[in-house]
Amino acid sequence: MNPVPDIYRILPEVILTLTGVLVMVVDASLPAPWPRRSLGWVAAIGTTLALWASLGQLALPVGTAFSATVETSPFTVFFHVLICGIVLVAILLALDTLPAKSHHQGEYYALVVFGAVGMCLLTSAVELLLVFIALEISSIATYVLAGYRKDTGRGPEAAIKYFLLGSFATAFLLYGIALIFGATGTTQVYEIARAIPTAQNHSLVLAALALMLVGILFKVSAAPFHVWTPDVYEGAPSPVVALLSTAPKAAAFALLLRVVYEVFPTLRSLWSPLLWGVAVLSMTVGNLAALRQQNVKRMLAYSSIAHAGYLLAAFAGLGSSGIAAASFYIAAYAAMNVGIFAVVTLVSGYEDELPLIQDFRGLIYRSPLLGALLIFFLASLVGIPFTGGFFGKFYSFTAAVGGGAVWLAIIGLLNSGLAAAYYLHLAFAAAQRPVESDGGAPVLTPQVGVAVGAALLFAVAATLVLGIVPGEVLHAAEAGAHTLQAPPAAAVEPGVMLTSQPNP
Amino acid sequence: MHLILFIVFAGLCLAGAVNLLLQSHPISSALSLIVVMVSLAVLYLLLGAEFLAAAQVIVYAGAIMVLFTFVVMLLNAGREERTRGSYAARLVGFPAVAVILGIIATVILKAQGLGSAGLRDDITSTQELSAVLFTKLLLPFEVTSVLILIAILGAVALARHGDGEGTPGK
Repeated sequence: MNPVPDIYRILPEVILTLTGVLVMVVDASLPAPWPRRSLGWVAAIGTTLALWASLGQLALPVGTAFSATVETSPFTVFFHVLICGIVLVAILLALDTLPAKSHHQGEYYALVVFGAVGMCLLTSAVELLLVFIALEISSIATYVLAGYRKDTGRGPEAAIKYFLLGSFATAFLLYGIALIFGATGTTQVYEIARAIPTAQNHSLVLAALALMLVGILFKVSAAPFHVWTPDVYEGAPSPVVALLSTAPKAAAFALLLRVVYEVFPTLRSLWSPLLWGVAVLSMTVGNLAALRQQNVKRMLAYSSIAHAGYLLAAFAGLGSSGIAAASFYIAAYAAMNVGIFAVVTLVSGYEDELPLIQDFRGLIYRSPLLGALLIFFLASLVGIPFTGGFFGKFYSFTAAVGGGAVWLAIIGLLNSGLAAAYYLHLAFAAAQRPVESDGGAPVLTPQVGVAVGAALLFAVAATLVLGIVPGEVLHAAEAGAHTLQAPPAAAVEPGVMLTSQPNP
Repeated sequence: MHLILFIVFAGLCLAGAVNLLLQSHPISSALSLIVVMVSLAVLYLLLGAEFLAAAQVIVYAGAIMVLFTFVVMLLNAGREERTRGSYAARLVGFPAVAVILGIIATVILKAQGLGSAGLRDDITSTQELSAVLFTKLLLPFEVTSVLILIAILGAVALARHGDGEGTPGK
């Protein structure tokens, strides 16, 4: 029935795991005084290979492996490529911005790569137990990375806050999984979807849906569960935030898509208004709070909450148009957010010497390249045409209108206008002439190295491509959306697979 | 006989859990947590899940709780301090817990399709458990190794002194 060896279905994850192990082994065998920078290149090459492997998975027929625990489909490939791309940029960024004397660089790269294993697996898992383990892998990696600046008080504080609240949220998700197992007797996504319409204990299913939504919405930092975001982003090192604010969120959104569209498609009348409310709340709370921030990273943290809201608006869209719009938005958001945090890293430095908006004043005169890039990414975050942010918002709100949620789209548009205020505030600060009479410490001019240059180039190219020729990516997102929408075809396989599966 | 055992250990478990919350000294709390863990293990045993019971005693009551008490004693943690915040948390927290417990209990009691599990039924034998673990759930089982690896890696990165001069931490 299924001639594809199981290993091909998890090839990117296998490559990433091996890369992580390789980084660890090489790190341990290098003598102590040697620079650890080469390890970053090893990690980058491994991630690139994993990206290629994910693209190669497109050639495989849609199906599941390992007793219907993982799936490959255009949907999973879309997110694999996205996550590997983000991780690659994050590694390149870290290569040039981690201070040469910083501690545990080998572990840093290994953690990033292992975290990528969890995130990739999260998007392709169709078994809730595997979902939980994958989520924990990606979470623990990010908890540790968030606390990487041990010498300042902020780093450990951010890590502990993130860890405690994150574990709490994961517990909610786990409780939801337990209840859904109680209601349907299985943890396999397609089997659950088939069992739910006939499940007698409807209230148990509802409780499971609510608990799982709480867990996932925490991970994407949507509004009532967003409190951790600004503190964590402020305390974590900027290269980590570039990763933290995009890759785990992309994976969590993929999980959310899978949960609401594949596990609970029959309960649409319930989760749709719920997500409507969360979307409105996220946009409004995020934007209003961002207006008052003086710290750039805190402002961007609130902006990422608002963007989670715009993204959730796409969930109001009907069927595959909503999924495609959401997937596209994730890609656009990831490209511009990684880019802007890369710029912030370069300007503020690893230790956040210049964290405030006023410190960015005159950036375009100090470093024309970085200033221009900052303004470009801000324009994309505002949603100005010819950038990825524009089409992301456009498709998201179009999907919402198509699904009948006109008010949601209107609130979203109003919020975008509100958001422009604080983005432009930062952009104007960067374009202003620097104040000469300060006489204070000379502001260092940020250096742009080869690796970080490549990372920036990659982010700019992605944002531009998504903004000028979005057709290709949108097409891929739609292909993914269709595979996510068709559970019956894939659901036949598990039974067959069980018999023909002695060992991998 | 089974019913008596159930009542005794379920009561012990509940008493331990309540005591855990009421005690203000960390050691007393940790010790009552051990009571909870062990009585849960007995409940699992009554349900015929002997492997789970053994794992519960060895892993939770044994390894984890020993570590717990060890750390508490090592840090020489004093009594919990009661602040205004903790008073407010108590005022809001206990009713909130009661409400949530009530909701969950009604959901479970009203649920229709749940089969009733008789005491001493052999529901999951160790054999069945391992068969599932090593065939159907092989991939999650293997992926757990990455999870553990990353936890160790994280602990090393966060806990060990590494100031770039190659000085070992301890």
